[in-house]
Amino acid sequence: MTTDTDVPALVEMRGITIAFPGVLALDGVDFFLRPGEVHSLMGENGAGKSTLIKALTGVYTIDSGTISIAGERRSFESTADAQQAGISTVYQEVNLCTNLSVGENVMLGHEPSGTFGIDWKGVHEAARGHLTSLGLDLDTRSSLQSHSIAIQQLVAIARAMVLDAKVLILDEPTSSLDRGEVEQLFAVIRDLKDKGVAILFVSHFLDQVYEISDRITVLRNGALVGEHLVEDLPRDALVTEMIGRELSDLAALSSVADREIDRSGDPVLRARGLGRKGVLDPADIDAFEGEVVGIAGLLGSGRTELVRLLYGADRADSGTIEIDGQAAKIHSPRQAMAHRMALSSENRRAEGVVADLTVAENMILGLQAQRGWLKPVPKAERDQIVGEYMDALGVRPADPDVPIGNLSGGNQQKVLIARWLATQPELLILDEPTRGIDVGAKADIQRKVAELSAKGLSVIFISSELEEVLRIAQRVVVMRDRRRVGELDSSAVDLDGLIDYIAHAEEGSVSR
Amino acid sequence: MTAVESRPDTTPGVVAKISTFTSRHASVLPTFAAVAILICLLVGAELYFGNFLTPRNMSALLLDNAYLMILAVGMTFVIVTAGIDLSVGSVMAFTGIFGASLLASGVPAWIVVPAMLVAGALIGLLIGVLVQHFDVQPFIASLAGLFLARGLAFVVSLASIRVEDTSLLWLQSTRIRLGDWYVTPTGIIAILTVVVGAVVMHKTRFGRTVYAVGGSEQSARLMGLKVARAKVMVYVISGLCGGLAGLVLTAYSGAGYPRNGIGTELDVIAAVVIGGTLLTGGRGYVLGSMIGVFVYGTIKTIISFMGAEQSWTHIIVGALLLLFIVVQRAIVARSERGS
Repeated sequence: MTTDTDVPALVEMRGITIAFPGVLALDGVDFFLRPGEVHSLMGENGAGKSTLIKALTGVYTIDSGTISIAGERRSFESTADAQQAGISTVYQEVNLCTNLSVGENVMLGHEPSGTFGIDWKGVHEAARGHLTSLGLDLDTRSSLQSHSIAIQQLVAIARAMVLDAKVLILDEPTSSLDRGEVEQLFAVIRDLKDKGVAILFVSHFLDQVYEISDRITVLRNGALVGEHLVEDLPRDALVTEMIGRELSDLAALSSVADREIDRSGDPVLRARGLGRKGVLDPADIDAFEGEVVGIAGLLGSGRTELVRLLYGADRADSGTIEIDGQAAKIHSPRQAMAHRMALSSENRRAEGVVADLTVAENMILGLQAQRGWLKPVPKAERDQIVGEYMDALGVRPADPDVPIGNLSGGNQQKVLIARWLATQPELLILDEPTRGIDVGAKADIQRKVAELSAKGLSVIFISSELEEVLRIAQRVVVMRDRRRVGELDSSAVDLDGLIDYIAHAEEGSVSR
Repeated sequence: MTAVESRPDTTPGVVAKISTFTSRHASVLPTFAAVAILICLLVGAELYFGNFLTPRNMSALLLDNAYLMILAVGMTFVIVTAGIDLSVGSVMAFTGIFGASLLASGVPAWIVVPAMLVAGALIGLLIGVLVQHFDVQPFIASLAGLFLARGLAFVVSLASIRVEDTSLLWLQSTRIRLGDWYVTPTGIIAILTVVVGAVVMHKTRFGRTVYAVGGSEQSARLMGLKVARAKVMVYVISGLCGGLAGLVLTAYSGAGYPRNGIGTELDVIAAVVIGGTLLTGGRGYVLGSMIGVFVYGTIKTIISFMGAEQSWTHIIVGALLLLFIVVQRAIVARSERGS
């Protein structure tokens, strides 16, 4: 069923603007949701998807703009307000109570009461009714915990139905489901759509978006890029809209991608069939001495998952890793460090900087961990290392004794890279080192990576910015939907080619 | 559209019944274990001593532990939200001495009793507000409550104050007999507290919110439940139970004493955990806590029957506690794996 634009919108969001300190999270975004349609909201991380959803569900208050539900102006103070107005949300991590029964989770807060408090028979009957209307046949008295995540997800939708939702928001509902479970969920979604519920769908899986959506709205950097009917928006056009093309002074950086790499010997790293059930399909990756290997793909495509498995941050349940031609067991970051690997996480705040420690302390942390806590790094050596890397990476302010929390994102990132360089790795993995940092710092980091690889360091480089990947990597591994779909020689492909490959490549059609 | 089947009970016969039962009632298993232990203790003691399971002895078991049972009811509410209340022993001592001193200065009992309950509830309210609105760890907030209440008790009086008021002493001196069994009003208060606690937990939206908060506070909030109110209320209820226990203990001992109940909070927590309530929250039963108190009281009685040092009570309770926490850990780990 395809909805046409003439159907009056149930949800009208106009000119929505939300500013956080220092960031304009949403800048005058319009969004319309019509009854009986599945509308996907697309955009990379930081594009403003979740901010828009939180504006609609009453978690954030909007700075300017209007929200109308069924033609009536509304302003929501809390999630309870939004629920009253018929807007229900099912989140990525199922927000139910696993310690309670299925029936209670469906009805919690809306239990029918008898003379002596809650009428439990009534609770389970009502819950069974709601579940049956979604085609679910469950023992409502069983504990929610005894069911799979997929079933829990459907129970959460049944709960939304108790509130008589006119608008159902599904935020990444499929991220932990397997194929069959996704089918179950989609069957329920189609059924609700036919009943006239307006469904806002968010997923990083392109295939699923194209399978279930009637309409797609794309956001980028907090602004609306466009609203399209799904049949008017080919995949590569969608990817282009999501990622955008950045023409900046970065393009001036001389390309290192054409540098010849000697791939005759043993690679520094060779992983074969590395995977983990439900996280990543088995994938191969090599990195040779002096080579920059890019990993390209949309967020959630398995980029981070792959490098976490390589580094032992998550445990792989299949596959082998060879370091310099020798089989290696890497079950923890510690073992990875012993094999001279280093990983700088994409999550700078949570897995990177220690905000209250100074720049120098943060920088020395990796080296100290490598040597063990009983052998403190001597002050003279520390000062020498810190001074050297502050200069080499151009950290500003050039004062090693300020808390790192006071630095800008870009300078924090430089300190983190210095932290790992100080451990003298043979393989440096950088996960989104340039996300959310200013252009100058971006250029500094790219230049440093190019320089280090020319001296023989192997680098695995992940970035959502494809131009950046093409500019500094000699080889690009392409991921989609949690699997490796192929590998490209970056000198043989341009940006459009890479976008096309990310959108369409299938396993088996690997070009080199 | 196709019906989606996800019944854990697809295997036939007895196996199906057991698997249906465990999928529905896995959280009751630790409480059943407590019941089993209680029965073993009672039967074992009867076989060993020969005169243990007498009506007199069993009646005393309830009456000697009435204050503990009341405190355990309040503590169950708190622990089910994954909180902890260390103040209960001190609150009991403070309300006890506070009540005794009011009575000694001639204030009538019908004012004193509500005043004791309100005093307990106010200290609970203070802890609840600290936990919910100032984001203080329950351990720290209730530790502050512990010191506050204990200090206040000593401010009221450094020595014990005898209670002469007949209506308060009536609570303990009246014996309602049924053959050789007997119960005092203090015992009835304890039983009623358990019943009311169980009904509130099981049959009201507030009670279910308490469980939801313990399961996942964030989920409970996103489900639109009144989380803040519930989190404050559990400490108020625990404080109220502290006041009630102060009343019962004062009647039981015939005096208020500022050093009463030092360390009692730990006995209460032990009894609640033995009764099958998970310290991580979300699971537990008021009735289970009652069983826990009986286990604790029975061990104490057995020790005194043997004429051994009472410190053995602590050693045995400690060992039981360890065992129960390991068992609970195993159950939680299993159900997490199963999901």
